[in-house]
Amino acid sequence: MSYALEIEQLQKTYDNGFTALKGISLQVEKGDFFALLGPNGAGKSTTLGVVSSLVNKSQGKVRVFGHDLDIDLSKAKQLMGIVPQEFNFNRFEKVIDIVVQQAGYYGIPRGEAKARAKQLLTQLGLWQQCHQAASTLSGGMKRRLMIARALVHRPQLLILDEPTAGVDIELRRSMWEFLQQINAQGTTIILTTHYLEEAESLCRNIAIIDHGHIVEDTSMQALLRQLHTETFILDLAEAVHTLPQQTGYSACLLNPHQLQVTISRQQSLNEVFTALSNMGVHVTSMRNKTNRLEELFIDLVQNNQTGLRGV
Amino acid sequence: MTVAEIYIAWMTIVRKEIKRFMRIWVQTLIPPSITMVLYFVIFGNLIGTRIGSMGGFDYMQFVVPGLIMMSVITNSYGNVVSSFYSCKYQGNIEEMLVSPIPNWVILAGYITGGVARGLAVGLIVTTLSLFFTNLNIHNFAIIVMVVLMTSILFSLGGFINAIYANSFDDVSIIPTFVLTPLTYLGGVFYSIDLLPEFWGLVSQANPILYMVNAFRYGILGVSDIDVGLAFVVITVFIVVLFTYCMHLLNTGKGIRK
Repeated sequence: MSYALEIEQLQKTYDNGFTALKGISLQVEKGDFFALLGPNGAGKSTTLGVVSSLVNKSQGKVRVFGHDLDIDLSKAKQLMGIVPQEFNFNRFEKVIDIVVQQAGYYGIPRGEAKARAKQLLTQLGLWQQCHQAASTLSGGMKRRLMIARALVHRPQLLILDEPTAGVDIELRRSMWEFLQQINAQGTTIILTTHYLEEAESLCRNIAIIDHGHIVEDTSMQALLRQLHTETFILDLAEAVHTLPQQTGYSACLLNPHQLQVTISRQQSLNEVFTALSNMGVHVTSMRNKTNRLEELFIDLVQNNQTGLRGV
Repeated sequence: MTVAEIYIAWMTIVRKEIKRFMRIWVQTLIPPSITMVLYFVIFGNLIGTRIGSMGGFDYMQFVVPGLIMMSVITNSYGNVVSSFYSCKYQGNIEEMLVSPIPNWVILAGYITGGVARGLAVGLIVTTLSLFFTNLNIHNFAIIVMVVLMTSILFSLGGFINAIYANSFDDVSIIPTFVLTPLTYLGGVFYSIDLLPEFWGLVSQANPILYMVNAFRYGILGVSDIDVGLAFVVITVFIVVLFTYCMHLLNTGKGIRK
């Protein structure tokens, strides 16, 4: 198996003595859409910082498409594109200049860089703003500018550190589509995000990091299978004032028009609907009470914290 | 990276740097020119006429090479320190750090930017000085060499200052408390022959003295110190500062966590 990214026993202790990474190991397959999740301060950005060489590691190995960062950093960098969490462009420069300049840092001739910048800025809906100073862009536009900048040298691995933070839902969805598109074209993507529905709908594999440890590293499907129960909110056609008699699942009436039902993974929703229908309760619509990944995420992180307290 | 790619990367930094100081020319090119014109008027014309000759030349002629060199020094230094620190402050230094550009190319790019601004201001000041005095050229090669080497040296100094700077205050501390006194005491306004022996010897520890005098030699043909020694001193400083800059870049001091 060839990997886009391999991390072995990575450790990072900052000058102030804080150990952000405590020997994490991780592998991301070529072509994957990979989520790296974790609560604030878990070590996500440090991990990505080390991979992108903005943070000096204390120990461990990092390989990008087989290129060891300690031996062949230049080659590894050529294969990566980085979209950081914070806006880190010169806000006084024009949008087009920021992208063309970035291409120049990778040794791409100016003419070709301009053509690539035009293509990317058009794709990301920024071409009309190309001669504006970056400071005049909206938050969403700035995020897209950073994506365009990261892609101008056509990297094989794109690292996105919370790319949709503060972006409205419409724009977020269009960014998802764009990212899915470039992933389909072969670019490996590593994503950190606090929007768990984003990770669930985009990513095939996932790692959860907490307190500098990887607490889960698996496929999204396998992780979601770990859910033992799932809770749904059912919207009822007519008002119900007493809780319907139920067998095999637990329910509670949130209000006369909403019923909360929790079922185990072994159960089918059909059973619930049939039972409710037999009782004359009709369901017009339903939704998950919380995002499935969110439930698991909280479980895993809480378990890890309990474990750490035990230590 | 191939040689061609390295050239493109270097040119990208140089273009960015020149564009930056040209975009804010009112802050970068005009103030030093006005300051120097004031020096020419006050020290050269008003006071200089009462001083008489120095080193065999009238005071205005004597002081002009030093003032040109002073503007080259402060602007080379100022360009790199402000530009690189701004890059750090805004975070866009990361654009270069995540790219495959070798550290020496990043350094070379900023140094070239500093040299470009130093030369641009030097040229403007030289042109303005012609309204006040006649300048002869004693040795053009020496003039070019000294100006280039001095601006490289102070660009390197500005780079080190920028790496250590944690605030905009730190950017101005060295120019105010180190650079300006050294420049004023570096033989810009006087010949060290006028100083008592002890202070003359102390002055020889000031590297700026060598640059100012070598440049003055290129223009007027007179110098308080040996020009060959001046080139040795400047070269040694360049090598030391370049090595230190590379050490700072390679270890990521101030730019990588």
